[in-house]
Amino acid sequence: MIEIEKATKVFGTGDTAFMALSNVDVTIAANEFFTLLGPSGCGKTTLLRLIAGFEPPTMGSISLAGKDISRLPPSQRPVNTVFQNYALFPHMSVAQNIAFGLEMLKKPKAEIRSTVDEMLRLVQMEELKNRRTSEISGGQQQRVALARALAPHPEVLLLDEPLSALDFKLRKEMQIELKRLQNETGITFVFVTHDQEEALTMSDRIAVMNAGKILQVGSPRDIYERPSERFVANFVGESNFLNAELSGSEVTLAVGGRFAVSAPNGVEDGKVSVLVRPEHISVRAGGSGENELTATIETIVYSGESTSIHLRLANGEAIRARMANEPQGAGGLPAEGGQVAVIIAPCAITVLRD
Amino acid sequence: MVEYQTYAPGELEAEARASDYKSRWLLSLPAILIIIFAAAGPLMVMVVYSFLAPGDYGNVKWEFSLEGWMNTVIQRDIFDDTLVWADAHLSIFWRSLSLSLLTTVATLVFGLPTAWYIATQPSGKRELLLYLVTVPFWANLLVRTIAIQELIRTEGVINLVLLKVGFINEPIQMMFTNFAIGFGMTYVYLPLMVLPIYAAVDKLDFRLVEAAHDLYASRWTAFRRVILPLIKPGIIAGSILVFIPSLGAYVTPRVLGGGKNLMFGNLIELQFGQGRNWPLGAALSLMLMAAVMVALIWYVRVTSREQADG
Repeated sequence: MIEIEKATKVFGTGDTAFMALSNVDVTIAANEFFTLLGPSGCGKTTLLRLIAGFEPPTMGSISLAGKDISRLPPSQRPVNTVFQNYALFPHMSVAQNIAFGLEMLKKPKAEIRSTVDEMLRLVQMEELKNRRTSEISGGQQQRVALARALAPHPEVLLLDEPLSALDFKLRKEMQIELKRLQNETGITFVFVTHDQEEALTMSDRIAVMNAGKILQVGSPRDIYERPSERFVANFVGESNFLNAELSGSEVTLAVGGRFAVSAPNGVEDGKVSVLVRPEHISVRAGGSGENELTATIETIVYSGESTSIHLRLANGEAIRARMANEPQGAGGLPAEGGQVAVIIAPCAITVLRD
Repeated sequence: MVEYQTYAPGELEAEARASDYKSRWLLSLPAILIIIFAAAGPLMVMVVYSFLAPGDYGNVKWEFSLEGWMNTVIQRDIFDDTLVWADAHLSIFWRSLSLSLLTTVATLVFGLPTAWYIATQPSGKRELLLYLVTVPFWANLLVRTIAIQELIRTEGVINLVLLKVGFINEPIQMMFTNFAIGFGMTYVYLPLMVLPIYAAVDKLDFRLVEAAHDLYASRWTAFRRVILPLIKPGIIAGSILVFIPSLGAYVTPRVLGGGKNLMFGNLIELQFGQGRNWPLGAALSLMLMAAVMVALIWYVRVTSREQADG
């Protein structure tokens, strides 16, 4: 279990000082796949480097399994890192790279050899163990970096955007691979990414970060379906924000229509903004029934598995609907400029803390 | 109606290649001319001279002789005409070799930390420090050597300070010793060690050092196992750049070593001057060149193996 308390990191001094992390509190459970998600510059990599020990925190403490490790150098923390560009030793072979950590821990030769073989098997690199790291592909380098960091069997594995250099297909494969490795080894994974889809696919829990702060921690489902604030909703998935009025457990949209909601703590009655995911909105031709809104179609964008429909509501607010494409083709939708009825699915409205 | 000309397969490519080849020759012509007249020509003169007999007042006599080459290591005893090892030459060769190696080691010991320090500074300060390293090149070598003399002579700065502090009772004789030559050459050639190592450290990916620490390497182990192998090309280049001119150094040993502590360069100069033995001088020059070539070939082989590996 990693406990991070009031972690603050300031780079530089005086006018050029930059607060990369401010008062971050977070607890990561043992054996958890924990993801730090946020845009670049949000402090997620800084937090990772603090856990690894590459940077000392300006304030706050980090403890691992109840022991304060804030003052330990990286070489004395039972934590290994998979670096963003792998940082494989170019003057060593694949096997030598994987053996490095074990050699530093002064393990017996026979144990090193068997662990390296086991790691090579785990990441399916047995054939290439004598290659130089410059002679293998990006995906293979990624596997070697993973094997090198796993070989000493650390308590925590830190992964700094390890998949960002891979192409789409390989990235998808490695996502599943990483999840499998985490299950098999039982090691706590702390994974840094700016890719929300990656975070949702792999994580047990996600911490969404922005401007040096953690905004929300929760399961992928929590984060996607019940984001606590506008930034989280906007960063994770596609969002429509609408103005509304909250009274008790009901909101009235500015454009009309009343919906039952459960408001998060700390949101008082009155003007609020609400989130509706585009896939929870459907449109059909014709007039409007109860709890249906009318809108004008502005643009229709076809994107393979689904079609995105950009709509303008009666009060001028813009929203998007995303509908799965049916095998029989798009029938019955008016062309751009046409009037349609907009149906919002029940329970699809989330009230946001602004 | 447009007329299309038809070409045989590969015809256009061959034409392009031919014209490329021609212009490449034309462009390298100036360099080739300079190499022939300014390097290969004089070198041939030296080779020819080394196989001739010495003239009475310098210069050469045009008759074939192996005396020049023999005299590099063997000399005729003046009393009984027997052949003996030229001890004076051998001790000069040894002094040149050992002082050059010592200079290389000393510049490495001082140059590596310096280069490391410079390369790890923020960019503005780094340029300033690099500039400072190259400043000595702006002053004449002789002037700089005489400045060293001012430091180490019997009434020089170092001795005066040590006497004043009471560290020593009488001045240390440093001038005209092997130490003086080594000290002077270390000073003169230090930038030639610092710059290539700086370039290597500058290229070093410090994330690799972080990775080593992350994998439980101590500072010393990370240096030995990761940093050193990666900056080795810079260290080898710096060593070659220091070792080769040290071997042939002339001004520094002349000023700081005096008349007794000769090095290879001084011995050669002697043959063309007072010694009036041009064939011996030519043979010695070619020997020095051969030694340098051996060092360079070793360098090329080590680095090319390195590249084939990495």
